Amino acid sequence: MIFRTPKQVGEWVNRTKKINFTFEGEEFSAFEGDTISSALWAAGQKVLGRSFKYHRARGVLSLANHDVNVLVTDGIDTNIRADVVEVKQGMVLTAVNTSGGVKKDKNSYIDSISPLLPVGFYYKAFHTPRRLFPFWESVIRKAAGLGIVNFDYPRILKRKTHSHCDVLVVGAGPTGLTAACTAAEAGLEVTIVDENRQLGGSLGYNRAGDSSVVTELDSLMSKVASLPNIKVMTGAYAAGYYPDHLIPIVSEAGINKVRAKSVIVASGAFEQPPVFRYNDLPGVMLGSAAQRLLYRYAVKPFNNGIVVTANDYGYRVALDLFQAGTKIVALVDMRPTGSTAYAAALAKRGVKVYTGHCVYEAIASSDKSGVRGAIICAYDEKQSIALTDTKFTLECDGIAMSAGWAPAGALLYQAGTGMQFDYGVEQFVPSRLPNGMFAAGKVNGIFELEQRLRDGVRAANDVIRHLGGQAPQNDVEKHVGISPSHAYPMVPHPKGKNFVDFDEDIQIKDFVNAAKEGFDNIELMKRFTTVGMGPSQGKHSNMNAIRILARIRGLPVEKIGTTTSRPFFHPTPIGHLGGRGFHSHRLTSLHDWHQANGAVFTDIGAWKRAAYYPAAGQSKEDAIQTEALAVRKTAGIIDGSSFGKIEIHGPDAALFLERFFTGVYTDQKVGSCRYVMLLDETGVVVDDGIASRLADDLFYLSIGTSNAAAVYREMQRSQQMWQLNIGLVNVTGAFGAINIAGPAAREILSTLTDLDLSYESFPMSSVRESHVAGVETRMIRVAFVADNGYELHAPMGQIPHLWNALIEAGKKHALRPFGSDTQRLLRLEMGHAMPGVDTDGLTNPFEIGADWAIKMDKPYFIGQRSLTILAKRPLRKQLVPFVLAENYKGEMPMDCNLVVDGRDILGRVTSISYSKYLDRCIGFAYVTPARKEVGSVFQIRADSGALVAATVVKSPFIKTLKGA
Amino acid sequence: MKLLTCPMNGTRPLSEFVFGGEYRQAPDQDTCTDAQWAAFVHNRSGAPGDKKEWWYHSPSGTWFIAERNTLTDKVTSTYLLGQKDTTQEAGK
Repeated sequence: MIFRTPKQVGEWVNRTKKINFTFEGEEFSAFEGDTISSALWAAGQKVLGRSFKYHRARGVLSLANHDVNVLVTDGIDTNIRADVVEVKQGMVLTAVNTSGGVKKDKNSYIDSISPLLPVGFYYKAFHTPRRLFPFWESVIRKAAGLGIVNFDYPRILKRKTHSHCDVLVVGAGPTGLTAACTAAEAGLEVTIVDENRQLGGSLGYNRAGDSSVVTELDSLMSKVASLPNIKVMTGAYAAGYYPDHLIPIVSEAGINKVRAKSVIVASGAFEQPPVFRYNDLPGVMLGSAAQRLLYRYAVKPFNNGIVVTANDYGYRVALDLFQAGTKIVALVDMRPTGSTAYAAALAKRGVKVYTGHCVYEAIASSDKSGVRGAIICAYDEKQSIALTDTKFTLECDGIAMSAGWAPAGALLYQAGTGMQFDYGVEQFVPSRLPNGMFAAGKVNGIFELEQRLRDGVRAANDVIRHLGGQAPQNDVEKHVGISPSHAYPMVPHPKGKNFVDFDEDIQIKDFVNAAKEGFDNIELMKRFTTVGMGPSQGKHSNMNAIRILARIRGLPVEKIGTTTSRPFFHPTPIGHLGGRGFHSHRLTSLHDWHQANGAVFTDIGAWKRAAYYPAAGQSKEDAIQTEALAVRKTAGIIDGSSFGKIEIHGPDAALFLERFFTGVYTDQKVGSCRYVMLLDETGVVVDDGIASRLADDLFYLSIGTSNAAAVYREMQRSQQMWQLNIGLVNVTGAFGAINIAGPAAREILSTLTDLDLSYESFPMSSVRESHVAGVETRMIRVAFVADNGYELHAPMGQIPHLWNALIEAGKKHALRPFGSDTQRLLRLEMGHAMPGVDTDGLTNPFEIGADWAIKMDKPYFIGQRSLTILAKRPLRKQLVPFVLAENYKGEMPMDCNLVVDGRDILGRVTSISYSKYLDRCIGFAYVTPARKEVGSVFQIRADSGALVAATVVKSPFIKTLKGA
Repeated sequence: MKLLTCPMNGTRPLSEFVFGGEYRQAPDQDTCTDAQWAAFVHNRSGAPGDKKEWWYHSPSGTWFIAERNTLTDKVTSTYLLGQKDTTQEAGK
């Protein structure tokens, strides 16, 4: 650990605990609390990773979770961020984006051919000739991406947790901590979140050589600890903003969704690099990165360093480095005037300051693994060019760079904050904050420590007032004096490699080229150059990109604007987002029976229904035909428990139905059933079903499975408007239903009930309440799947008993269970059109021949007024039953195939199936009224284009074709 | 996720609610012209602004009216149909 310094005040490492790990096959030691990068840097390892595109050697850049060129893998996790992830005993690590190791990456040749790979190269080079694209695609896919996905990744479920607070403070720097304390002292429930392991933000490391600021931090931290209504979340980041202040906080443990009454964004700012040739070499790092290395991990960034700066911050960095024993070869200030605040302090320490100069290029060491010097030139700030005739070389082993800041404003942007460019700080600052959102500190354009502390108090007071409390309004004046950010810290170089975006290896000239190609809007430029599209999402590149584009177009920065900020703020592991599937589905009480009897299930609405029961080796088609034949010849039984079942109670029950449905119900006899059809206000068919009158003031409604929830909802809405004297009870889950149908159904049923089942006393379309197999049952005689059918409705829990009794009683009659797919075929044979299958969102009742179900002489029903208009118009289409030719063996048309006449579309098939019982292909189709008459022939265009002749017949098919 | 205030059950997350379309008063179907009726059932004003909307609190089966600005997505009040309480603003 040759770069380790003596103990620093407030350091994060625990020197009593030594840790051993390997990186790229080499053994290293570290202290507990080191990050992977800090441990390697302490040991003198400077090449930590390779860049994405050119495979250039890279080291520490930010040490703030944005060093995306230093991603490592332990074989389990793919992209571990070495700059912030703590090193653990026994870790075996390798860099992700290399071919043959980080030191001798075989892909580093790409760097030397980079002139052949200008921006946009991929888009243009590989799309012709087309036949070669699959080859190029495989090459590009191999080159693209970082790391190798571990397909054996353990399935770790991370729980989503929820919490609530009065105010969420994002960022625990001096501003955030002050805000949190002020709000908590006023009695608010405060949550403060910070991505770092420890509180303090820049207060911990921005010291300008004077560690007494740590006392300030200590007192803030003990204040936080003393306030029980502050919840501290460290090592966690606020990942995004969602409406009404819902903010997911991501930590290693998973996602905590915080619902806050207000939010203070005190997230600070990201330091931005100046742009000069070879600003990416290992050893060239941001000033704040050097400070973090030094004060958090007690690692000296380098021995003989140059500080290049375009603001006063670089002077503070130089003082910190000097205090740690680094020799400051020179401080190079791109501004002609230099710093009035710090010049004397540096002069006192004998540091040579070059004002109005720039680093023209960093000089790589012979093996390109680090810096051995820098070429310095005078800098013309007005024209932003280096005056190369003044150049001279200084030797050094590292460069710290400071040029300015970009606000960490992702949450503000996502919440819809209006931002404007403030030339006083050369930064976008909030100008119009959404309700309940507050910004404070650097993200608010406030940089001086003393001002930031007051800004934290100010924001907390704003929150207190926002939440209805009393607090003074104490505005903080705007930043005065020298801007913390430089307007244009760029140094052009004819040979390029002056990097703007380190994620994607994008240089200044790439922007110029993109603009020349016409991509001179920030959103287009982002996509063409891929600036800001790497893992750091432009945190250290977007601001410079905006400045460069503004310069290219000759526009002020605010006219360029920013790209859209979207959640998540930081790459979040998929495992955090994934979870148990909450695709809830409903099971009937017979589900186990169906399963035990080999049912194939289908999803209908929220329900799992048995579709059919294939015998071993039996095809779906065979199973369905066999089940259907049983219903026609003997008897079948189906679990209809998923049907929608709604009770309408009260004196106005019949009136309600008459307003809701198309039919008449006031004169319906107790014990009888009537068809119901629901329209919407435009007169379109929505659903149908059966209303059974159980008493003068009680109707029992059964409707199809898939639409039941929506129909019940509409009934509730109608009742909310009509305020009739009724009560609606959705008993869909309380009641199960069994339909037993077929010639033997009545005989089977008669063995289980005392009720007289004779057709005279229990005719079609009537309802009886009686006991079946000892279970109180509502029995409805319907002819949906067969003429002899009984729907038995009973409490869901007693359905299995009833079912088993029926199966037992049906044994000698060859009773068979059938599923919902078979039911589809059976109802087709019966000639019943189904809403939603044989109708669509435009079908009116006249088009399906349901005129009989509509009682226009009522005062009102939903859709009535529209039907009076539709009734005056000629029909445009008509649903007709059709058959294909006898013994038709050609291509089977499908549902939705078109009915055509030459090039004209006349309609479409809505249902079609072969019926073994009828030995015929039967179906429903829409045709033009001219072809609706029985005997008309029309053509169906099958999938292959083949035309299949179909003939209109009378329904029901079983009567027409079998005379049954 | 947005929050919405059900007049019967208080403030709940949006996932508990179902949008029921704009609330519009139907013309008198016995006296209006066909064209007036057709305009009512088919035409919607897509222009953003203050709208009265139907919302349904699914777990409790409560239909209510929310007054919402569709441009800012801000809900100013929620109430049961015909029971607007002008003294109270919903939510915040």
